[in-house]
Amino acid sequence: MTSITLTINGERRTVNVPPMKRLLDVLREDLHLTGAKEGCGEGECGSCSVLISRDGGPAELTNSCLVPVLQAEGAQITTIEGLAPADAAKLHPIQQCFLEHGGAQCGICTPGMVLATHHLLAKYPHPTLPQIQEGLAGNLCRCTGYMRIFEAVEAAAGASKAGKPGP
Amino acid sequence: MRSNVTEYDLIAPATLPAALAALAENPGRYTPIAGGTELMVALSAGRLAQRQLLSLHKLRELRFIDVLPDSITIGAGTTFTDLRKHPVIASDFALLARAGSWLGSIANQNRATIGGNIVNASPAADSPPALLVYEAQVTLVSNRGARTIPYDQFHLSYKKTVLEPGELLFSISLPRRFGAYRSYIRKVGTRNAQAISKIALAGLALISEGKIADIRLGAASLREVPTRCIATEQALLNQTLSPESLPALIASARAALANEVRPIDDIRSTARYRAAVAANLLEEFLRGL
Repeated sequence: MTSITLTINGERRTVNVPPMKRLLDVLREDLHLTGAKEGCGEGECGSCSVLISRDGGPAELTNSCLVPVLQAEGAQITTIEGLAPADAAKLHPIQQCFLEHGGAQCGICTPGMVLATHHLLAKYPHPTLPQIQEGLAGNLCRCTGYMRIFEAVEAAAGASKAGKPGP
Repeated sequence: MRSNVTEYDLIAPATLPAALAALAENPGRYTPIAGGTELMVALSAGRLAQRQLLSLHKLRELRFIDVLPDSITIGAGTTFTDLRKHPVIASDFALLARAGSWLGSIANQNRATIGGNIVNASPAADSPPALLVYEAQVTLVSNRGARTIPYDQFHLSYKKTVLEPGELLFSISLPRRFGAYRSYIRKVGTRNAQAISKIALAGLALISEGKIADIRLGAASLREVPTRCIATEQALLNQTLSPESLPALIASARAALANEVRPIDDIRSTARYRAAVAANLLEEFLRGL
């Protein structure tokens, strides 16, 4: 067991876990943050996506199933639970757009899709369709057929254009 | 079946000298892990044989891109996202940027390192065909010192490399001399996103006075290691390139390639398919010159 401190959704947390434990399992089992889902366990489906930044650097979309928790020591991690401001009763604009455009059905892929969209819009505030497709290529959805997700992303880009940027 | 993570150990030395010292003190004990996009898949699937790992993830000394007038040196810990957004990679080494763009998803590219892609030594890996045509040199480091060798001498046989116990891949250097070359790269997989290649081919050619003055071909999944196609290059070198000569040139190139490669049947494809598609890719490259 190793004592590992990381910052999750703005809060410093310390866990005592084996250093090779997957970040995904630490989030779900030790920290009871079950928003990140396990789909494939091999970095192909994106349902375990989280955002990780280090030393104030840019938040990088990451498959938490492929991260040994020791590598996340000292990092700042945002999960779907932390995307909307904690004191806000509202959803994050990206979440709201997924809701309004039918971009979420069964919900397994949705946390990853929303975080991948957040990462995409940080890079390209007004993405083209190919940029959206590339940005979400690592997130698989078995329900929507993707078109409604693309519409939700376009709406979210429009929402930030209209002066409602995400945090 | 899922691995029992309590049976595994991972250490994370804070500096490169500390990592090299830990590797030297215990020869063969630790397996280096960088972005984890290969080894963590094995862990999840319950087939990670190595029980003691050493993390390179936070070593700043390995994550750099140094640009000189005549060359570029890429630290082994550079991610494919770092590579894709670097202006000199985009301008001078476009084939490497392209290969990076189809390496898994954005999330994979944010973690996966060029060093890991090389050292994992898969014959299907995405970056080696481009590195081979760009005449890459690799610098290996241990606490006994450093050595630099041509990348085309790095892979010895299937999954076997020249790396000795205690030695790490430190950097990859590419000469900036291919600006006038015409270039080609294509990966053929089951689908465009997130699929490992069945076969990939990269090519560079310098055309001068209607002749192929220089040509370099690099391939994935055509031999047991990423490979240059030297005999095929020789068959094309100094040949005249014209509409009249093209059919015979293509025929001889296809024959040379078929004779040179040793593809295999595996879960992703068949030897027959790989040989046929490789020849088609080569023809596509030649027709575009």
